[in-house]
Amino acid sequence: MEARAGTERPPPAARLPAWALGLIPLSLIAGTAALLALLGAPGLGDRTGPPVEELAVERTVLRPGEIELTVRNDGPDPVDVAQVVVNDAFVPFTASDGNRVGRLAATTLDITYPWIEGEAYEISMITSTGATIDHEIPVAAETPEQSSSFFALMALLGLYVGVIPVALGMLWLPFVRRIDQGWIRLLIAFTVGLLTVLGVDAALEGLEIGNAAPSAFGGQALVLLGALGSYLVLAGVDSYLSARSRASVPGAAAGGGAYLALLVAIGIGLHNLGEGLAIGSAYAVGALALGTFLVVGFALHNTTEGLAIVAPLAKGTPSLARLGALGLIAGAPAIPGAWIGFAAFNPSVAALLFGVGAGAIARVIWQLVPAMRDGRGRALHPGAVAALLAGMLALYLTGLVVPV
Amino acid sequence: MGGAAAAPALALLHEVVPHQGLHHALSGGQASAAGASTAGHPGHGGAGGGLAHASFAGGTVDHHANGFDPTEILRDFERGKTRRLASGRVLREFELVAHDKEIEVAPGVKFAAWTYNGRVPGPTLRCREGERLRIRFANGSAHPHTVHFHGIHPAHMDGVPGVGERSGGGLIEPGQSYAYEFDATPFGLHLYHCHVMPLESHISKGLYGAFVIDPRRGRPDADELVMVMNGFDTNFDASNEVYAVNTVGFHYMEEPVRVRRGELVRIYLVNVLEFDPVNSFHIHANFFHYYPTGTSLEPTELTDTVVQAQGQRGILELRFPEPGRYMFHAHVSEFAQLGWMGFFEVLA
Repeated sequence: MEARAGTERPPPAARLPAWALGLIPLSLIAGTAALLALLGAPGLGDRTGPPVEELAVERTVLRPGEIELTVRNDGPDPVDVAQVVVNDAFVPFTASDGNRVGRLAATTLDITYPWIEGEAYEISMITSTGATIDHEIPVAAETPEQSSSFFALMALLGLYVGVIPVALGMLWLPFVRRIDQGWIRLLIAFTVGLLTVLGVDAALEGLEIGNAAPSAFGGQALVLLGALGSYLVLAGVDSYLSARSRASVPGAAAGGGAYLALLVAIGIGLHNLGEGLAIGSAYAVGALALGTFLVVGFALHNTTEGLAIVAPLAKGTPSLARLGALGLIAGAPAIPGAWIGFAAFNPSVAALLFGVGAGAIARVIWQLVPAMRDGRGRALHPGAVAALLAGMLALYLTGLVVPV
Repeated sequence: MGGAAAAPALALLHEVVPHQGLHHALSGGQASAAGASTAGHPGHGGAGGGLAHASFAGGTVDHHANGFDPTEILRDFERGKTRRLASGRVLREFELVAHDKEIEVAPGVKFAAWTYNGRVPGPTLRCREGERLRIRFANGSAHPHTVHFHGIHPAHMDGVPGVGERSGGGLIEPGQSYAYEFDATPFGLHLYHCHVMPLESHISKGLYGAFVIDPRRGRPDADELVMVMNGFDTNFDASNEVYAVNTVGFHYMEEPVRVRRGELVRIYLVNVLEFDPVNSFHIHANFFHYYPTGTSLEPTELTDTVVQAQGQRGILELRFPEPGRYMFHAHVSEFAQLGWMGFFEVLA
């Protein structure tokens, strides 16, 4: 102690406040980057080889006699769109922001072409270097106009495929409350099975969209980041809430039925946001057959989601308002999803949202597993496994009738 | 011309578009008149209708930067330098130099070409049957090349790697040169091209040209035009993105080939198109006499459409009885849509 006291002298850096120590490397990094940019990275020289030209088509709009493509440059070099070829013919076009598309910039190509409904089109953008970037329109159909009637239509669709089926599924609540604990466990396992298929579905759909998204913004990585992000946020909210509830109401564990039901509703809601997105974008490209089949398919598919929400509510007496709120949380996101999917579809955002949905579902499954445990503490007891598989099968089979 | 009535699209194809209007519409980046009218076509749930021909995005090709103009190539015959040998025969000498050069093959679309004398197609070499020919070839390209002539000549003058190396011929490396020497025979329309492997790329990059051997007594006076049907694989996927006559897609749509009413027009037509098995030439509202390979003075056919595989060529003779604009194009619709389409402008 004496020796230490005698020689104690803080190192020079310690005299600075901690925030300054943190700031110095940051400002040095910024300064170095600025200097390198200013001097053009001395010694490295120019790039070798021809420019790398990449364009991602973010949006396709078809109007009579006209094809409109919004393209974004996700490569390292600027791209000049010199000519456009549609099905082996040069076509006239104009570019909203000029033929030169800078890195990460976008332009909208307005192509004059007498396309015919139901036919397929291969659009080839020829750059100034002669490279071609292809985009396929598998089935041409006129893009619906964005009007208030469209938003109303999408809201109705969201109601049909999201809110109503979920609400119908929640009508199983009285049944759930009458059956005994063993059956509840199986019901929870059934729910986990349903959610597993939903999660896998969301992840795969996200990966597919992410594949078409500009790689500069992450592409498929956005799905994984979205999933990880939503999982972590829900886990954080969970631990925050459980700490608070333990402090305020001793004994009221966060793993209670009402809380679990809310989590399930959130997970399903995020999933339905993605589902709405898929419906809206499919409608925008004319790939969605509106009608009885779609609505009936979704009704069958999504009533199982309603069951998943009420399964944890076997004990306790939730108010009607609370049940309504849960139903809205789970079903209503289909409506904004459909709006976004149609009016502002962006593959990067869509991939991220599908990832968020998948991550949320994964977290919900994690929360539900304890409720599956039998008297001996086993989660995967034979009954639960059977119920799990049954849940997966149920969603898979009802999914077959959904035409999106 | 019975097919013209087949479909509205075809009818539009045959429609005459005012020259100025077309040019302005193109450079303004707007649809040409007919295209705009179809754009407004109120198709229910779809569009239908048709586009005006040669409808592509704005801009024109910079012929000055290219170093050649397809309109000038039409009537540009390279006759070389001649002198009389002791034997009394005429010796005709040509110079060919290979260069690598970037050219514009459609507005805004550049192509890294390999050229003879800085142009694609290379110069149209013209001589007379029975003359002695000497073609000095210097390779200024970064790649080895040769000049292979269609005609009758000894093996070591054939411009094929592996043959003729002992006399200094065969493969001509960058910086090297060689003089090909042979007799001009048989008379007719021939071609020359590089014969280095991979052949496909050495030819499709632009190393070819027309080679005319006139018969001893010549042919009747005519307005003579050279048309080399070619194409360009700008993205290296072994298929052509741009098709043309004399290199620039749609060039003769914007600058029609001007000829005189009633005058004999003779077209030296050569097909060098790579990647596609056949090419064709079709003229509207007229018929022509066809002399395959030009090796006979008697035509074999009176027709309006002729098909040529790669390396095939022939001479077309026709007169336009009425003034106006007459389209000519490949009767392979894809090639026509991708640039191989043009107009004759017949002046009264």
